[in-house]
Amino acid sequence: MGRPMQVARYWRHFKEKYRMVGTKCKECGEIYFPPRQVCPKCGSREMEDVQLSGKGKVLSWTIVRNPPSGFEYFRPYPLALIELEEGPIVLAQLTDVDENQIDFGMEVEMVTRKIREFEGDGLILYGYKFRPPIKP
Amino acid sequence: MRKAVIIGVGAVPVGEHWRTSLRDMAVEALLNAMEDAGVDRVDSLYVGNMASGSFIEQENLGALIADFAGLGNIPAVKIEAACASGGAAVQEGVKAVMSGLEDVVAVIGVEKMTDAWATDATRYLGYAADGEYELFHGASFVALNALVMRYYMKEYGYTEEDLAHFSVNAHANGAKNPYAMFKRPIKLETVLKSPYIADPIKLFDASPVCDGAAAVIITTEEKAREFVDKAKMVEVAGIGRAIDTINLANREDLLTLKAAKVAAERAYKMAGITVKDIDLFEIHDAFTIMAALSLEAIGAAEKGKGAQLAVEGQIAIDGDYPIQTLGGLKSRGHPVGATGVYQTIEAVWQLREEAPNQVPDPEVALTQNIGGTGSNITINILRRV
Amino acid sequence: MGKLLKPNKEVGIVGYGAYVPMYRIKAEEIGRVWGVNSFPIQEKSVNNLDEDAITIGIEAARNALKRAQIDPKEIRALWFGTESKPYAVKPSATVIAEAIGATPDLDAADFEFACKAGTEALQASIGFVGSGMAKYAMAIGADTSQGRPGDHLEFTASAGGAAYIVGEKDSETLAYFEGSYSYVTDTPDFWRRQHEHYPRHGNRFTGEPAYFHQIISAAKGLMEELNYSPSDFDYAVFHQPNVKFPLTVAKILGIPKEKVLPGLLSGIIGNTYSGATLVGISAVLDIAKPGDRILWVSFGSGAGSDAFSLVVQDAIEEKRDLAPKTMDYVNRKKYIDYALYAKHRSKYIL
Repeated sequence: MGRPMQVARYWRHFKEKYRMVGTKCKECGEIYFPPRQVCPKCGSREMEDVQLSGKGKVLSWTIVRNPPSGFEYFRPYPLALIELEEGPIVLAQLTDVDENQIDFGMEVEMVTRKIREFEGDGLILYGYKFRPPIKP
Repeated sequence: MRKAVIIGVGAVPVGEHWRTSLRDMAVEALLNAMEDAGVDRVDSLYVGNMASGSFIEQENLGALIADFAGLGNIPAVKIEAACASGGAAVQEGVKAVMSGLEDVVAVIGVEKMTDAWATDATRYLGYAADGEYELFHGASFVALNALVMRYYMKEYGYTEEDLAHFSVNAHANGAKNPYAMFKRPIKLETVLKSPYIADPIKLFDASPVCDGAAAVIITTEEKAREFVDKAKMVEVAGIGRAIDTINLANREDLLTLKAAKVAAERAYKMAGITVKDIDLFEIHDAFTIMAALSLEAIGAAEKGKGAQLAVEGQIAIDGDYPIQTLGGLKSRGHPVGATGVYQTIEAVWQLREEAPNQVPDPEVALTQNIGGTGSNITINILRRV
Repeated sequence: MGKLLKPNKEVGIVGYGAYVPMYRIKAEEIGRVWGVNSFPIQEKSVNNLDEDAITIGIEAARNALKRAQIDPKEIRALWFGTESKPYAVKPSATVIAEAIGATPDLDAADFEFACKAGTEALQASIGFVGSGMAKYAMAIGADTSQGRPGDHLEFTASAGGAAYIVGEKDSETLAYFEGSYSYVTDTPDFWRRQHEHYPRHGNRFTGEPAYFHQIISAAKGLMEELNYSPSDFDYAVFHQPNVKFPLTVAKILGIPKEKVLPGLLSGIIGNTYSGATLVGISAVLDIAKPGDRILWVSFGSGAGSDAFSLVVQDAIEEKRDLAPKTMDYVNRKKYIDYALYAKHRSKYIL
């Protein structure tokens, strides 16, 4: 299992991991996830935080059967590219879903789940995953 | 600028070298190359390596290898571009020679992967992706390629069987390569019946975790004559390198290896050729899907038609676009940071017409080495002198 | 001063939200493993591998925010009741506060009182808002409860939770508190020592002197203080470690079964411990009409009960549809066998 690094390594990303905060270019309006300091589209360095809706569609997916160390207990798990409502594509795990239920264009919504844990006495890392939406 | 000419190649067979350490493999490959070139000293050493710090807890490979190869107080550095480290190291050697700063340089690609536990190796390979936004979320390299493969199959209507032709071709060719890890032909069913490791990628769609070291000696055209006959000389006529987004999800188009496209254009322009002039292609088939996308990016196939070349058999040794003529990453093996240099020496063998699986009368060869999921790509054009 | 707990300002619920994981194990499947063939409930919820009390709390809190339609930055306290804290030391509440965007201008803490930690957080929230100290406070109760494998608690210990945002009473309030009452004695019917995986309990001792005594005393105490009789309530939700206990309480108090059943979910989701009555009340709020009066009595081993009288207001009609209903979660289910259940409960050593 990958040894945990100094807490700061994970802690500084909590905001965008827990609730998907991206960045928006103040010049051209393009929205990015993960956050960027420079807009690759127009070159502007004026970027601001933007809260993403967490709603999107599955663009492609796989089932991870031989995971990297640290994820052994979770195997097998689905991993997908999700096209968010706001435009950016994000890579994340799918959760609460059957393998055979996943399809191209499947609607998903963001939830915050455990991504991994370090041993019994280590840090628990939480972050975004996606699942089929629960319609209100 | 001066011409850069490869005058010597050497390697150890790719495989699981339980008894041999990184330094010993590297020294053996390097000395083989120096012997082939007839040189007993070099001006500098460039080491292509992806992740020795992670795999064997050893960095500073320039000093380690040059020291143990007895090369004296020369300049020696490691060049890292993920799985494209080997291809990038060759380019650094070429640049040093062409610029006039160094006359005889050695380039080695080396990787020792089997000293790490399997799941750790999977993790270390993941370091070439976006660590914070891909690996953090449980993505392995296979998984990232699987996302691309599934999307490719859907967009262009290919089946898993269509892509499997790449593996069959690689094994057919690698069977004749004494340096290959898997020296046996396989059937389509072998690929199709192999277990999924990240659906739709099966075990036989993927290149293996392994160890290897390969080296080349590069010098100027003028100096080359001091050491070898013309028949042994191969010019590095064009080099191209480009990056793309580190994060697969951020690509402009998931199914275009833009970095390969840009790198190929640069390399072709420098060599003064078009893709039609190339007689063989050593491309980066870490996964079958990458072979398909690479053929498209370098202009051998139209967009969406890369896998079609495999289905039609055009990638075979006697086809229009022979690829992986000595096994490619799938059959020869993919000791990540060493791969680009293995591709180089295989192209040299072909152009010298001394390959165990010879392409008839080749003039020009292409090597393409991919780092990350297409985030760092090198393309080199080699030509007979 | 009387025994009733009533703040200076009138307060109520401005948003509520529940969450129940989608996995279920049938009691008979647990019975198959341990050779038991009579069960306290039909089936119970099981957390996914990536869920814990914190993630359950996060989703419940987000649902509460959807209904409250307030800026999370206006929440001045987030109190989280649980007995399955992912960290023994390090607040869970801060994770939830960060995840819903409520940080940094608030108080956050974890509450523990066995199964009544959730209502304990609610009592504190009522006081915090009712005193005028804060505009909004959020109380959450959630658990991924532990039951010793083979123990009869294993049939019921389940996962789920709910969140309530308390604010000053106005027209936006979904339901307001008429008053509350807490009843506590030192009765060790169930406990878990530091560093232990599973709780111990006093078997039949957990019944009469613990559960029944506290709940009935609290319910009677509240009604006495408010001058209400059981017939004044349209719904009643009692702590639900199984199906039988809360129905027995209703019988003793003289409350008809049909007023209890809408908020009695333990038969199909199990005992969500700190979440139990909070989830039950959320199911009632999903269907209650304006004007309905609800009796809410929790129970926590150790032991004690919190009792509340809640009156539903008009705003419920437009707000309840803003987030998934509790039954949407209850009806979303996938059955797993004991082997997968053990995996979800992190029982395997790799």
